[in-house]
Amino acid sequence: MKKVLIIGGGVAGMEAAGQLAVLGYSVVLVERKDVLGGHVRKWDRLFPNKRPSEEVVNHLLQKVQHPNVEIRLKRTVTDLRRNPNGSFLAILSDQSPVSADVVLFATGYHLFDAYRKEEYGYGIYNNVITSADLERMFKNGEVKTAEGKIPQRVGIVHCVGSRDTKCGNLYCSRVCCVTGVKQAIELKELIPNVEVFNFYMDLRMFGRGFEQLYLEAQQKHRVRFVRGRLSEASETQDHGIFLKVDDTLVGRPMKMTVDMLVLMVGFEPRKTTFPLLESLGIEKNEDGFIKIRDCHFDENRTNVDGIYVAGTCTSAKSISETINDACSAALQIHRNLSAKVKDKRK
Amino acid sequence: MNQFGFSINKDKSIDMDKTSQKLTQYLTTEEPSFNICMSCGTCSATCSAGNFTDFSLRRINLLVLRGQLDEVRDEVNKCMLCGKCTLLCPRGVNTRGVIVAIKQYFDKL
Ligand code: SF4
Ligand code: SF4
Ligand code: SF4
Repeated sequence: MKKVLIIGGGVAGMEAAGQLAVLGYSVVLVERKDVLGGHVRKWDRLFPNKRPSEEVVNHLLQKVQHPNVEIRLKRTVTDLRRNPNGSFLAILSDQSPVSADVVLFATGYHLFDAYRKEEYGYGIYNNVITSADLERMFKNGEVKTAEGKIPQRVGIVHCVGSRDTKCGNLYCSRVCCVTGVKQAIELKELIPNVEVFNFYMDLRMFGRGFEQLYLEAQQKHRVRFVRGRLSEASETQDHGIFLKVDDTLVGRPMKMTVDMLVLMVGFEPRKTTFPLLESLGIEKNEDGFIKIRDCHFDENRTNVDGIYVAGTCTSAKSISETINDACSAALQIHRNLSAKVKDKRK
Repeated sequence: MNQFGFSINKDKSIDMDKTSQKLTQYLTTEEPSFNICMSCGTCSATCSAGNFTDFSLRRINLLVLRGQLDEVRDEVNKCMLCGKCTLLCPRGVNTRGVIVAIKQYFDKL
């Protein structure tokens, strides 16, 4: 039985593991945390249909419950080498060796560290939080300020750490717009009279059901959208957050105080994987995400033969897209490994 | 008389902590489609009044939301209620209805 090593037990790794197991491959799934699931576990409900994130995690957990899948938790890959015959030998952090015919990187992303956007005051003012922090509050069923009050006015800032050369990130993180809209709706559902303002540069509602969410936010919940990027936030005496933004559609500057400011943090490449990538000569893009062979026809292979990629280690993706990408990676691996099908491209 | 050449500029910025949300609330009950405007500007591009004055329904919608009611009151009378904008609005805002409701609001004051 041919063997596939999958690095990363998030959505992409789990989906690919499940698919490859069914296709008859022996899979070793390595995850650094003590549970599978990755970032999704941090989220409460998911766009576009407000599905509880556990449903996705449980669905994927069922898929990896397969005799062909061997799960290694709380381990990382510390060394990865190619054998003379073209296969790979990995050493895990517990010193155990894993040999594999091919390796799939499903190493995911890193959430932008909002401290780096200093002018927004994350880590300085207690009522500035990130989208991930807000999800934690949703999970606990209550949203309160640091002083324990129910916020009456909340600001949501789009593009934090994305589309910003000052942060070194030119790209759009793609899912934070719809997350901002989803969270605005959830705030409105949780706190009846709360005012919510979304500060955006462009609203990128590209996915299935996204535009409908935007309409719902306006129509049903009266969420207010302000086109303008927050320039700076400061704290008022009673721990409110004072905002300065250019209301670009009105053509005048705007200021307001909110009780809570939520930063839509974007995706960043996972830098801890860089040494491994470099040791094998796997190329990255300028933005640090792993480079794919072709942006139309070959999204799941890297420049190195036998090293495949799936999910958000190559670019920001939604969960639906990550699952599709993982399926396509599994199929690509199957095509290249199966003796019956010869891949002419190779 | 401006003897020393000093003057103080009025603050141009909109202070959302001080502005009135009364007209927004009125429109939300009287013409709720007001809330779904996405500021695309189709209405203002087609508007004959807007071609000859600086009238813009897209902007009026925003000024209402920002509580700039003095400006809205002055501006809104430039509309001829022709209804061309309503035919075009891609979001399905009853634009003409919004203007009528705004006028009603000021008439009632
Ligand atoms: S998805 Fe929206 S919020 Fe996120 S980076 Fe792109 S434009 Fe900004
Ligand atoms: S056409 Fe409709 S959506 Fe566009 S700015 Fe005018 S009212 Fe708003
Ligand atoms: S109804 Fe008023 S705003 Fe609309 S196109 Fe006619 S004049 Fe312009």
